[in-house]
Amino acid sequence: MRYETVIGLEVHVELATASKIFCGCSTKFGQEINTQCCPICLGMPGVLPKLNKKVVDYALKAALALNCKINQETKFDRKNYFYPDLPKAYQISQYDKPIGEHGYIDITVDGEVRRIGITRIHMEEDAGKLLHESDPTSSLIDLNRTGVPLIEIVSEPDLRSPEEAREYLMQLRNILKYIDVSDVKMEEGSLRCDANISLRPYGQETFGTKTELKNLNSFKWIAKGIEHEMARQKLLLDSGEKVTQETRRFDVNTQKTVLMRSKEEAHDYRYFPDPDLVTVEISDDWIKEAKASMPELPEKKKIRFMETYQLPEYDAGIITGEKELAQFFEDTAKEFRGEAKVISNWVMGDLMRLLNSENKEISDCAVTAKDMASMLNLIEDGTISGKIAKTVFEEMFLTGKEPKTIIAEKGLVQISDVSELEKIIDEVIGKDIKSVRDFQNGNKKALGFFMGQVMRQSGGKANPKVVNELLAKKLNAFEIKE
Amino acid sequence: MKVTMETVEHTAKLARLKFTEEEKTAFLGAMNDVLNYAELLNELDTENIEPTSHPVPLKNALREDKVWDYTLSREDVLKNAPAEESGGFKVPKIIES
Repeated sequence: MRYETVIGLEVHVELATASKIFCGCSTKFGQEINTQCCPICLGMPGVLPKLNKKVVDYALKAALALNCKINQETKFDRKNYFYPDLPKAYQISQYDKPIGEHGYIDITVDGEVRRIGITRIHMEEDAGKLLHESDPTSSLIDLNRTGVPLIEIVSEPDLRSPEEAREYLMQLRNILKYIDVSDVKMEEGSLRCDANISLRPYGQETFGTKTELKNLNSFKWIAKGIEHEMARQKLLLDSGEKVTQETRRFDVNTQKTVLMRSKEEAHDYRYFPDPDLVTVEISDDWIKEAKASMPELPEKKKIRFMETYQLPEYDAGIITGEKELAQFFEDTAKEFRGEAKVISNWVMGDLMRLLNSENKEISDCAVTAKDMASMLNLIEDGTISGKIAKTVFEEMFLTGKEPKTIIAEKGLVQISDVSELEKIIDEVIGKDIKSVRDFQNGNKKALGFFMGQVMRQSGGKANPKVVNELLAKKLNAFEIKE
Repeated sequence: MKVTMETVEHTAKLARLKFTEEEKTAFLGAMNDVLNYAELLNELDTENIEPTSHPVPLKNALREDKVWDYTLSREDVLKNAPAEESGGFKVPKIIES
């Protein structure tokens, strides 16, 4: 039977505050274990939490960016469970009055725009980290992460494929990065994703039994993990068996989802309002302030780029995916005299290739937008060829030098001088009479061959446009002496 | 609402506590007594009253996002640890995460 997949995602995001949510310990990542803790985050008896204002600022910004309705009276609750990484044996979270509800984001998959509902977004504290040592009988706990502020973003079960789930997560990541509330690094755990997955026969209204898939913590594995779980459920349903509601995790090594706990062991969290924390009232002014600090968001910027710069949707999507990249593009466009599409070609091609190979972000790129524009202008006015430009650009990327300096140092100025080019062409043609004959007999490939020879002879500096004209003229006029 | 034996056992399990049958029966009575007493509140009309989440009428007790000096040394952090290793709290192996 054919099934429709129903997916909802739960995403945890660490907020980029300097201190923890309820105490002044540092949130810095990658420090020595158990060196960023105090009596409050360790859950010592008698301590009292005090809420970090910036956590509310950031959560509010995120809720607004995700088009949520803001609960202007919001409070914290205790979620009770025993786990070694949770020293208080309860997590301070939000239950029935989360900061935001009923939001949405728009994603584009295969050219089709889909609106994905956001059920809720709430604030909570992170738990500690379990380190699995080689010793098979014990685990170690690092409590540095305990109390790091999180927001949890829960989507509606609106996603219908692994690709949509991945796109939703990507869009969410881009938005959160734009509004500067998190560094959203999956590899450092500041963005974490769990998925609820169920199948139902096409046309059926009610949902099938879902399983929760934990720890889909890389963009590479999210779609894969969901695909494997879909296949597992399909096999069960097709053979007349039932899917049981349970929690599973995707094992990257075996490429399978494995059972973590079944519903019988499911937690009963006994939420109740935390008596140590008072209500947070978010005034209209506070909301206004948050809205004023909001930059233009990726989806809106994408549409503006398509209109202002005549970029195809694909290009606009990639370039506006990152705020810094979009800024680089716009700064370049200001100084560049040609069509903006040329910039997007270079940004998505050579620039991104070099950034990826060096594992760098645009923010630590040595090439400035001004230099990028002046290099593109040099191609535009014929000073260098597109081919030479690649060499120049690589050098700019490595050294941060201006394109003009590199061209002068390496003698890379394009040769457009007719007499100089004619000299090279004559020499090349004179060496291969057979190909000249081929050309005159109508073999157009021979032209490409000579073109290549001229380029090689000139060290790539010959102006291809001029050579093309001269070559055709010369080849046609050449008299072969038998 | 009436507390059943299952509720007592479930509550004990959630708290990781084990009781004898005798103790469970005692808890069954005690828990019902507590709830029956709380039932008294139902005599009040609370139709137009917002649920109270906190008895103190305070709002927005907030602090600035500043790192403070009260962070403990690792030695102090681990002082109460039943066992430690390589600077971490050592616990029996946990498989799920």
